[in-house]
Amino acid sequence: MLKVEEQTPVVFSSELIAKFDEVKSRYPADKSKSALLPLLHLVQAEFLWVPTSAMDKVAEYLCIQPIEVYEVATFYTMYFLKPQGKYALEVCRTGPCCLVGAEKILNHLENKLGVKEGEVTADGLFSFRGVECLAACGFGPVLQISPEYTFYENLTEASVDKLIEDLKIKS
Amino acid sequence: MSRKLLLEHINVPGINTLEVYRQKGGYRAVEKALKTLTPEEIVEEVKKSGLRGRGGAGFPTGMKWSFLAKPEGVARYLVCNADESEPGTFKDRYLMTYIPHALIEGMIVSSFALGAKVSYIYVRGEMMPQIRILEKAIAEAKAAGWLGKNILGSGYDLELYVQPGGGAYICGEETALLESLEGKRGNPRIKPPFPAIAGLYGCPTVVNNVESIAAVVPIINDGGDEYAKIGIGRSTGTKLISASGNLVKPGVYEIELGLPVEEFIYSDEYCGGIANGKRLKATVAGGSSVPILPANLTLKYANGEPRLMSYESLSEGGFATGTMMGSGGFIAFDEDQCIVRNSWNFARFYHHESCGQCSPCREGTGWMEKVLHKIEHGHGKMEDVDLLWDIQRKIEGNTICPLGDAAAWPVASAIRHFRDEFEWHIKEPVKSQSQNYGIANYANPIEKAPVTEEK
Repeated sequence: MLKVEEQTPVVFSSELIAKFDEVKSRYPADKSKSALLPLLHLVQAEFLWVPTSAMDKVAEYLCIQPIEVYEVATFYTMYFLKPQGKYALEVCRTGPCCLVGAEKILNHLENKLGVKEGEVTADGLFSFRGVECLAACGFGPVLQISPEYTFYENLTEASVDKLIEDLKIKS
Repeated sequence: MSRKLLLEHINVPGINTLEVYRQKGGYRAVEKALKTLTPEEIVEEVKKSGLRGRGGAGFPTGMKWSFLAKPEGVARYLVCNADESEPGTFKDRYLMTYIPHALIEGMIVSSFALGAKVSYIYVRGEMMPQIRILEKAIAEAKAAGWLGKNILGSGYDLELYVQPGGGAYICGEETALLESLEGKRGNPRIKPPFPAIAGLYGCPTVVNNVESIAAVVPIINDGGDEYAKIGIGRSTGTKLISASGNLVKPGVYEIELGLPVEEFIYSDEYCGGIANGKRLKATVAGGSSVPILPANLTLKYANGEPRLMSYESLSEGGFATGTMMGSGGFIAFDEDQCIVRNSWNFARFYHHESCGQCSPCREGTGWMEKVLHKIEHGHGKMEDVDLLWDIQRKIEGNTICPLGDAAAWPVASAIRHFRDEFEWHIKEPVKSQSQNYGIANYANPIEKAPVTEEK
């Protein structure tokens, strides 16, 4: 749900607006609403989540009603409606990945990070959640890390540990 | 070795670049199409090829193209469905990652055939790396004159764009995809009108799967008749199969349609048998939506004849003893897997992904998830199995789009073939929490994996 306390003032840089303009040019002039999903991805890449205030500004940019942005941002699963860790880990939890141990990986992440699914670690670095099929079933268990959506395949508890250590060093 | 049309050059270093792709004969189909063929002739070749939609429905691609309305002065669109989200399916990701130009070449030829001046590739948002790969490949193709104005001096203009989705299984349904491409929630539209009459922005539109569009390239290069010689019966050509689950070598395989299922699972050219020397318990042959089959019915029909990887053979016996080709997402379950747990997992998936438009799907998928959760966790009652059956019956056929059917079929088939396992969970609420049911007698299991037998 969209809450009042999540109103964070945002500023769209001129670089971001330039990217918006490029996306908008892909559609017929009177169909610029088509740019909505790509624009929300650009917003999320910039702020690591999609604050309501940013949705309002996107609505203004596309000359549509804010509700048209809200309904889209809440329908699709990729848009974070509250702040996440710097690295948001998303583990596939659908059938084929579970046949090869995805549930174990999710439990392991919970223990390793010391937070529950959807929560952010105290240092602000990590959050994780289970997501539905990521279309990499033959290479499961898999996880992806937003905002780059880099993919990690054939996970084991050890490879997850290493990944987390590497990310800690990288930050 | 069987013939490879799509993945022939998959292991060539640098095949993802335009330069290497060209060296291997890439973009010949564009040259041939734009210089020597009319759009009508291309549609005719695709019709002759017998190519069937590779996204799941299996509808003849050439026929779909021929339905496209062509009113004067109205734009027409080709939209590629790269929203690959069906659990068990990952072939399109593979193709786009390693041979992006195969899709782009197919898009140019197909767009020309349909008279589209602007085409979109709708890629599921999670595939950001593939989106970057495609955008890079499109830029390469455009710089080399394969896209843009007056391609090869033919007077034909085409712009090609990649559109990211936002994370929703339902957008793989073609009308939901079009809604999403218009910047809206992915709610499927009521058909008719079909997209061929009123699709993107209300204009005539064709939506095709990645693999279908890539297959147009060899069809134009070699001719529709040549393509139709491969395969068996009305299942022509080659098909990408995504193999996952408890297999020695999961991955993406290109097969000639008509390959025996047993050979696909056990031969070293393909999956190499069941992992860790275990026995096969069940398979889902075409992505999570198609009926699950016990091992015996996977390999053979009820009358004992071998089952083949083709549209007709996989559905032999109807839903009583058969399944469907679907998207080619082949999931193998070994003897240690629990059918109840998997059914619950899939039911949760469909509940999560239901768009919420139609009550039978919105409510029914949630009920099925809850009842299956109860049984799986040792709180089930015997009447719950019949309740599940009743719910799925009331979803199937009563929704705008096929997601309802896709949610109902896995539950129905699991009960049909593995009812004993559901009842065992209910009768043994404690034991079922620490043990698995294993392979059931009624499933007439393959006693040993054939590979082990040969040794």
